[in-house]
Amino acid sequence: MSILADRNTRLLVQGITGAHGSFHTEKMLEYGTKVVGGVTPGKGGQSILGVPVFNTVKEAVETTSANASVIYVPAKFAPAAIREAGEAGIRLIICITEGIPALDMVKIVHWTRKENIVLIGPNCPGLITPDETKIGIMPGYIHKKGPIGVVSRSGTLTYEAVWQLTQLGLGQSTCIGIGGDPVVGTSFVDTLRLFELDPETEAIVMIGEIGGSAEEEAAQFIKKELTKPVVAFVAGGTAPPGKRMGHAGAIISGGSGKASDKIRCLEQAGVTVVPSPAVIGETMAKVYRAHYAAKSRSRV
Amino acid sequence: MNIHEFQAKELFKRYQIPVNTGVVARTSQEARAAAEKVATPGSNFVVKAQVHAGGRGKGGGIKLVNTPDEAAAAAEKILKKNLVTPQTGPEGKPVHQVLVEATTEIAREYYASIVLDRSACNPCFIISKAGGMEIEEVAEREPEKILKQHFPVETGFDADTALAMAGKLDSNPKIAAELAQIFQAMARLFLECDVSLVEINPLAVMKDGSVIAIDAKVNIDDNALFRHPEIAAWYDPSQEDSREVEARKIDLSYVGLDGNIGCIVNGAGLAMATMDIIKYAGGEPANFLDVGGGAGKEKVAAAFKIILRDPRVKAILVNIFGGIMRCDVVAEGILAAVTELEAAGVAIRSLPLVVRLEGTNVEKGREILDNSDLKVITASGFKEAAEKVVGAIS
Repeated sequence: MSILADRNTRLLVQGITGAHGSFHTEKMLEYGTKVVGGVTPGKGGQSILGVPVFNTVKEAVETTSANASVIYVPAKFAPAAIREAGEAGIRLIICITEGIPALDMVKIVHWTRKENIVLIGPNCPGLITPDETKIGIMPGYIHKKGPIGVVSRSGTLTYEAVWQLTQLGLGQSTCIGIGGDPVVGTSFVDTLRLFELDPETEAIVMIGEIGGSAEEEAAQFIKKELTKPVVAFVAGGTAPPGKRMGHAGAIISGGSGKASDKIRCLEQAGVTVVPSPAVIGETMAKVYRAHYAAKSRSRV
Repeated sequence: MNIHEFQAKELFKRYQIPVNTGVVARTSQEARAAAEKVATPGSNFVVKAQVHAGGRGKGGGIKLVNTPDEAAAAAEKILKKNLVTPQTGPEGKPVHQVLVEATTEIAREYYASIVLDRSACNPCFIISKAGGMEIEEVAEREPEKILKQHFPVETGFDADTALAMAGKLDSNPKIAAELAQIFQAMARLFLECDVSLVEINPLAVMKDGSVIAIDAKVNIDDNALFRHPEIAAWYDPSQEDSREVEARKIDLSYVGLDGNIGCIVNGAGLAMATMDIIKYAGGEPANFLDVGGGAGKEKVAAAFKIILRDPRVKAILVNIFGGIMRCDVVAEGILAAVTELEAAGVAIRSLPLVVRLEGTNVEKGREILDNSDLKVITASGFKEAAEKVVGAIS
């Protein structure tokens, strides 16, 4: 088990003939992902890396029975690409594209929620279920199959955390980058809820950052509903207010969105928040061992 | 993107949000002429520094005067030097123009703004009877004075909700009706121009019963500038850190800070975490710098040049977790940067350089650095890298 995607996921790549699309399609195929088709308007009938290309998502779905789609198209066209995938019946859409206007995303997210579509991103690294499927741009080899669910607003910082876990022998169930934009399709809470329900996930690493209140909302959920242990880090504790730290979502404005507030809320919810990003892995190892040692004792 | 008050008011006029008559002036003579032009019987004048920062009044950037001569004198003073406000940092921001407006007496002041509420996933009005004050202070001290009202992006802000909201601010039905019109116009502006913040503080009821947006602050979503070329043309690089402007030109994300350890990192989250870990190790980061996912050799070299423009930088930490980015490309970029900077007379070899590479092609990357004549302090982990760079300058 895992969440959202596994070895049976049949993936489409929207924007497969572009530089990013084709590069990552190759990497995904190497990892073992079932890439069943690609979509680029006007390029239907071609084949790239052995993958058939279609003009529309509808055609691709009809021919390949794809059930997930990853989007690499430029920001201007990405909202329409998400809508096209959803309208063709795809219920898991991962949008890697960076730079989509926030108000476009608001409309898209209203729509995907209404239609019960899971949208991951935009501006995210994607998701991976180790040894089964890799959908996105993360380096595959740093992952290892195991019991830790990872959810993050960041890309490379997620790799850092995953690498620390893997080096300590702690594998991952599924790792999801939810994206660094102000408006994203899937929140921390959505992902935590899935991890809670997944029997294979035994503990969770959550990586937040400054800006917005997604971490505070996650803290409330954790307090009320999550039974699995969580280790968290919040990036940007040293960032000055009013400065956007790369991600459109990472800005402290009007006194809210500060790392210190987020850390306080998470700690109050029983989360182990690490002060340094270098100890995410070792802290999880300790927390994991302690939690499950206590659990097995209580069973006896 | 930030725009100036006079530009925001330009947008206000297009949406029929009432503002005072004003003229932009670049010199004291122009300010005198501007005052003469905008004068109405019984009016006095306000001269306002045009900078991308709030708190202008506290910094002496807003002067209320009675005559065109006084307007000229005020402009002279304001234009002479950088304006330092609680939001600018100690070096302040250059003032290249002032806005001269005719003004009359204010009866009462309100506050109105719209921001995108991320968790509600819709725009949200924030209004308050406590106008003319910092809204953050009001939120902290008198949160009961702040009202919030969401509206859907699909259908906009309807007239009934606007009127009901306005009624909570002002009990005079005529004024409430006028406020409601302004609120609807703000919502249209927000949706049509991809605004990320529109703020009117104060939104004033004048002694003569008219309602006027005394100040105007508008930020535009950077990602949407492509469909607003006219607004994009208002970009004013003089209001930004010159290094940030330089970095943006080559698609690097850079933010200058006050410390002395220069950082080059790939990915925004990892770049923030690198700043954090330097601080945790007892050092102070000089910058945030994200070279991006697919950076090539040239970009890495450019990143070096930008951080070395800061004379405070005493050591450099390169922290790369290669995903799409390959470590060998990073290593080559480092060597290219050093060669180029040395040729330009920068004593880069005297600065401690700590490099932590991980991820795609890491062995190749390390090999390139090991085989060069560059003295690189290598680190295998995140923590070790931070400790080594802090240790190198203490």
